[in-house]
Amino acid sequence: MSSIRCRQLCKTFKQGDEIITGLDHVDIDIEEGEFVCLSGPSGSGKTTLLNAIGGLDTPDSGEIHMGDIRIDRLERGPLADMRLHHIGFVFQSYNLIPVLSARENVEFVMQVQGVPAAQRSRKSLEILREVGLEGMENRRPAQLSGGQQQRVAVARAIVTHPDLVLADEPTANLDSVAASHLMDLFVELNQHHRITFVIATHDKRVMSYARRLIKMQDGKIISDEPQ
Amino acid sequence: MTRLFSQFKTILTLSWRNLWRNHRRTGIMLGAISVGVWAMIFMTALMRGMVDDMLNQGISNLPGHIQIQHPEFLDDPSVVNSIDEPRGDLLAALENNGVRVWANRIKVPAVIMSERESRGINLIGIEPVSEADISGVPARISKGRFLESNQDKGLVIGAKLAERLETRLGKRVVITSQDPDNNLAERGFRVIGIYRAELAAQEESNVYAARGTLQDLLKIEGRVSQIVLVDDDYRNVESLYRRVAAATPAGLEVKPWYEIDTYLAVMFNMMDGFVLIWVIIIFLALSFGLVNTLVMAIFERVREIGLIQALGMRPGLIVYQILLESLMLLLIGLIVGNMLALVTIKPLEDGLDVSVVAEGMAMMGAGSVIYPSLTLYDVVLANVVVILLGILTSILPAWRASRLDPVRALNTH
Repeated sequence: MSSIRCRQLCKTFKQGDEIITGLDHVDIDIEEGEFVCLSGPSGSGKTTLLNAIGGLDTPDSGEIHMGDIRIDRLERGPLADMRLHHIGFVFQSYNLIPVLSARENVEFVMQVQGVPAAQRSRKSLEILREVGLEGMENRRPAQLSGGQQQRVAVARAIVTHPDLVLADEPTANLDSVAASHLMDLFVELNQHHRITFVIATHDKRVMSYARRLIKMQDGKIISDEPQ
Repeated sequence: MTRLFSQFKTILTLSWRNLWRNHRRTGIMLGAISVGVWAMIFMTALMRGMVDDMLNQGISNLPGHIQIQHPEFLDDPSVVNSIDEPRGDLLAALENNGVRVWANRIKVPAVIMSERESRGINLIGIEPVSEADISGVPARISKGRFLESNQDKGLVIGAKLAERLETRLGKRVVITSQDPDNNLAERGFRVIGIYRAELAAQEESNVYAARGTLQDLLKIEGRVSQIVLVDDDYRNVESLYRRVAAATPAGLEVKPWYEIDTYLAVMFNMMDGFVLIWVIIIFLALSFGLVNTLVMAIFERVREIGLIQALGMRPGLIVYQILLESLMLLLIGLIVGNMLALVTIKPLEDGLDVSVVAEGMAMMGAGSVIYPSLTLYDVVLANVVVILLGILTSILPAWRASRLDPVRALNTH
């Protein structure tokens, strides 16, 4: 899996009688190992673009290629496999599985991948230590603060070293120290493991970490500049 | 293989923990399944016990599992249609074919007269030694004694008949019948025993005398009305029937009980179908609760389902996870239900007294005590129906969960 190529992506939503444009003929190329931030006001299409790239949502028209694979044409099963093996997601609102502990949440993707138990255990403990949650491995999400839950979600997204991490407002619920730690971690993973990051954010601090900043408005890319 | 095992472990963990997320709902559903399964097994055991009793009563009234007789005898049970006592191949087959009990019997229509009343009856000449296994009358003597030998000169009558005749133990009655030459055959007997039967009709119509005594009375030396065979289980008489039929000389008719009394046969054949229908009806009532529980459980977890889809769990695995959750619920309910059934049926093994509805039971041909009959077949049937239909009814909610749109699901609050 390497670069991402989107061509003429269009997506509209119906809200009552109103048609809302999510993506309006978006063209974008993201190379392997890039650290990209998508910025723009609410409703500009950042999350819609992330969802489309991550195969969570299907565009009305246009093409999305991930390496040689055209993902907008994949069936549900292969699409799930692609997400499982190549993409890590960090959602704005943590999205942890409430019946699993922090460690089990982190191990979830590896377990579905079929990673042996010992390896799973070692990796999950390592990554939880890395995100500052040592000693909290066995806590359930309800026993963790918002920031801690977000760190578990990040740990889950990066523990398998996916080719691409898609993060939607990852720092929205974090204090500035936690946000800065998280971004440092992203940068480190990007630099050492060549993991591609695409982050949708309003947060100027986050944008300052990006090496490429794409601004969106009304479903269109209005600027795309290196930082 | 490792991956499959790992995935199974994942969905097993998720299913088990999700099951106990809402203790109250799971508890209510478990209670419903357990009570449903208990009702299936308990009521089936009662019904089967009642039908068994009706069949046993009916068969003991025929009597026997297999009968050998003159081809005309069932239509015209007169002394003219008697047969020779068994000998040769037939006797060897009866003696050496693993037949549990066999006996010669005489059965003719007759009239019984007391000083005050007279009645038409079935006069039955029996061999006292084997009668306990054939009609069970010796065990139901309420006054006096049963016949003791083939030449016993006494008469055993039912309590109801004694009441109708206004006679009692020790009194003399007169029996009148016909010999093969159509001459009156008549003699006096002393009532030496009075028996009780589950069915009043039986008490009123069947009168027992010793075979030898009746042969003398009816002038049919060496001849009998029927040869009656009883095997271990009325359900499995087919092979004995074939062996005996093969050894029976031409001119005699061999019939198993289900051909002699087709009503009993229909009842026997309907029982299994009836049990299945009963089990399915209870399950249908249960299934509404089960589907509702699953739909609610899925409705509450839409966001999580979207999340596990986003994380890369295949739709098929989501279906399996929800089915596994349903299976766990069903299995726990089954275990509790089976145990409940066992502990409630066991104390009733000595019989459940339903004498308050004895008349109704007698009309159906059953006694006033029901002995629940717990069979492996019925237990397995109830369990298999619950598991299979339970999984079937869970497929739709599970499938719908797997088809959720992940983006919409993730944005559900």
